[in-house]
Amino acid sequence: MEGGKAYTTDALFDIIMKSKPYFGKKGGVTISGGEPLLQAKALIPLFKKLKAEGIHTALDTNGRILNHFAMELMDKYTDLVMLDIKHMTEEGYEHITGQKNNQTTFNFSEYREKSGKPMWLRYVLIPGLTDKPNLLESLGAYFKDYKTVEKLEIQPYHKLGVHKWEALGWEYQLKDARENTKEELHKAQTILEPYFKQISIN
Amino acid sequence: MEVKEFIGGNWTKTVDVRDFVFKNITPYTGPSSFLVGPTERTKAIWDICLKAMEEERANNGVHSLDTDTISTVEAFGPGYIDKGNEVIVGLQTDELLKRAMKPFGGFKVVEKALSEHGVAPNEKITELFSKYVKTHNDGVFDAYNAEIKKYRSLGILTGLPDNYARGRIIGDYRRLALYGLDFLIEQKKEDLEAITGPMTDEVIRLREEVSEQIKALKSMKILGSKYGLDLSRPAENAQEAVQWTYMAYLAAVKEQDGAAMSLGNVSTFLDIFIENDLREGLITEEEAQEYIDQFVMKLRVVRHLRMQAYDEIFAGDPTWVTEAIGGMFSDGRTKVTKTSYRFLNTLYNLGPSPEPNMTVLWSEDLPENFKKFCAKVAIETSSLQFENDTLMRNSRGSDDYGIACCVSHQDLGKSIQFFGARTNLAKTLLLAINGGRCELTGEQIFDGVPEYKDEYLDFDTVMTNFKIAMQEIARVYSDSMNIIHYMHDKYYYEKAQMALIDTNPHINIAYGIAGLSIVADSLSAIKYAKVKPIRNEDGLTIDFEIEGEFPKYGNDDDRVDSLAAQAVADFNYELKQFPIYKEAEPSLSVLTITSNVVYGKKTGATPDGRALGVPFAPGANPMHGRDEMGAIASLNSVAKINYEDAQDGISNTFSIVPKSLGSDIETRVDNLTSILDGYFHNNAQHVNINVLDKETLLDAMEHPEEYPQLTIRVSGYAVNFVRLTREQQLEVISRSFHESM
Repeated sequence: MEGGKAYTTDALFDIIMKSKPYFGKKGGVTISGGEPLLQAKALIPLFKKLKAEGIHTALDTNGRILNHFAMELMDKYTDLVMLDIKHMTEEGYEHITGQKNNQTTFNFSEYREKSGKPMWLRYVLIPGLTDKPNLLESLGAYFKDYKTVEKLEIQPYHKLGVHKWEALGWEYQLKDARENTKEELHKAQTILEPYFKQISIN
Repeated sequence: MEVKEFIGGNWTKTVDVRDFVFKNITPYTGPSSFLVGPTERTKAIWDICLKAMEEERANNGVHSLDTDTISTVEAFGPGYIDKGNEVIVGLQTDELLKRAMKPFGGFKVVEKALSEHGVAPNEKITELFSKYVKTHNDGVFDAYNAEIKKYRSLGILTGLPDNYARGRIIGDYRRLALYGLDFLIEQKKEDLEAITGPMTDEVIRLREEVSEQIKALKSMKILGSKYGLDLSRPAENAQEAVQWTYMAYLAAVKEQDGAAMSLGNVSTFLDIFIENDLREGLITEEEAQEYIDQFVMKLRVVRHLRMQAYDEIFAGDPTWVTEAIGGMFSDGRTKVTKTSYRFLNTLYNLGPSPEPNMTVLWSEDLPENFKKFCAKVAIETSSLQFENDTLMRNSRGSDDYGIACCVSHQDLGKSIQFFGARTNLAKTLLLAINGGRCELTGEQIFDGVPEYKDEYLDFDTVMTNFKIAMQEIARVYSDSMNIIHYMHDKYYYEKAQMALIDTNPHINIAYGIAGLSIVADSLSAIKYAKVKPIRNEDGLTIDFEIEGEFPKYGNDDDRVDSLAAQAVADFNYELKQFPIYKEAEPSLSVLTITSNVVYGKKTGATPDGRALGVPFAPGANPMHGRDEMGAIASLNSVAKINYEDAQDGISNTFSIVPKSLGSDIETRVDNLTSILDGYFHNNAQHVNINVLDKETLLDAMEHPEEYPQLTIRVSGYAVNFVRLTREQQLEVISRSFHESM
């Protein structure tokens, strides 16, 4: 394992339980990443124990993994899936993620939709890359009939992560992108509003 | 006495303000939407105050000085800011922000403070205090022995109230409004008569004290008459209730310049009068808010004459007009009223401010609306601190209390405290490692600890020696406190405040420690890593080499958090082993104010890897940057220190960047509310909340004129950031600003 620190699920459970008094009525546990579903198998017993304690569970995923562990985790123990929609086109998806097969995201969302359990979509608004009106229209059109999508979170693009890439010795693919203006954020929200029950700008 | 619209009870027969509040309160559980902005009159006066405070800052922190008058309750003619617009009147002197001499704490201090501004007391007063009048400070140094003086000069005991007024005592200022002076004087006369022989030291002293109190009450009548107020009778309406309460507080801050002079818990009390007048249609919400705004404004312009050295331990010219807001009654009803909201609303109507030091008494059972409003105010002003009402109420057995100074529970009118600043627990550990010698000077402080000669520090040996060192420090600390409070009573007795407190109240003696996180991490390093002392040619350990990793306080790791909790318990135990003046009950705080910087300077390198001179973390905070597991883990570590071992209070200053609380105000409010619920659920006692970006503070350092009201919580109080020294500003900025939960 490179970077990070290894924890057993028992140790994680103990840490979470110490935080339980702070959760309030709306709080809970969100596993993000990296990609949490890479560890779907290990997360099953953890989420199972958390559910037994009445703790809300959430996954923040890019939706590229949908094996039977991921399915069991999501169907039985995950209250909320937060799914990143990187780009609506195959070319755009590959440009941003460096990976092929945009369709996996949609297969994933379809799977969650069929399970009938709640889902939020997350969409990073990158000026010039993902904020074109036709892309936003296509995002809205694609998900407008989904019953499980409670909310779309628009995530303004920021460069806070650049140093992490540099520290890892990687080339930051989006280094030319700039941060959004307030007007751009507002415009995107206006376009998307008809399609979603709720939109927030994070 | 007249009881009119109010429900009677024991309070009509004897002095019992709690009974009055308990029987007549109208708890409020609704939202903040009823609140109104400031009136034109309020705005007009506040503009004058803001301008005067700007002049004060520009003039080396002092607006003007009086060098001819010894400040007493009766001293000075009436003072106004803008008479026609003032609905609540009264200033300490005859002029806004003018500082007065209160020389009974120590005349040399007054001379020094004045000379720093290029003036001197007039000749008559100088002659009086040089030749004829003895002060508290004179008395203390007559009695101090060589040992205490050595501890003091080497920075083991710092900031003791031996050359300034001790403060901490909270008069029950509500009494003046509820009863009027005639009734209070009668009650004290009855008390005096009941104090009979045999005439031992204690009895004689008490008789003299009560007689002094009666004189102080009579002086308050004269103070009132200067402003055309008849304080001999109870307040008859809301405006008078606010005015009378303020007059009682004003009497206290005219007579005394105690380090911290809290207000108590007046908001809930005043609400009863305000509710009554609103119900009767006598006043409007605008007028109710105007009374509170103008009262609070007066509290914001309280000033004392201080010398510059004082700023090292209490930075930013604080007065600690601490007002406790909210909390619950023992019967499960909330003490939150609309006036709790009105007090908090002054932070919007007049802008953020360190004073009065608003302290929310938090309980999971508080009305949800109130919790959210407090969270919102904290997020938007960084001017609030929070204390665990459930914990203190259950532990101390009183639900009618104020917060003395910064964080400390004080039963109103029933109990007082003897303030004792703090000792340096980190240095105590170094003394244990150095055979009782000061690590900076090599001077022998105490005997009884063997010189440590091994190559590596052994945990059990260090712990044994640490306990011996604690015993020695506790003994000298206790000796000095007894002298200080004996002399303070003798030469600078708080007669005006004590007149508003039961005769012969319960007393806590309030000890304190600094450097707890350093001690915890040092002991952890010794226990879990290998620590090699580096000795100089005299065999004095001046530095340490650490081999390996060790758990650090602030990460919710029991291995080290238990060392912190145990150190507090051990020292608290040692402090209880000595006879105390007036049979006061010892209590301990983990609180530093801003002395964490000066203590750091006077402490050599420590086994946790901290270098010589580096500031300590404030209060019970984990050391800056070592709490790596996020905000909640950091809070959980502090929550493990047992309140029963530190009943004077366990201060935590928590700074978080706005974004990590959420993206919008609603989410931030929800999250901060949950954090406070969780932290106090875990039996933590106190937390200061700052919701700020470091960038804001850095910008304020460069452009102070643009941030005149920028307020930040430090340790148990708040300061105007721009009034801190550059060194203190940098220390505040170096602290952990949590960016993740």
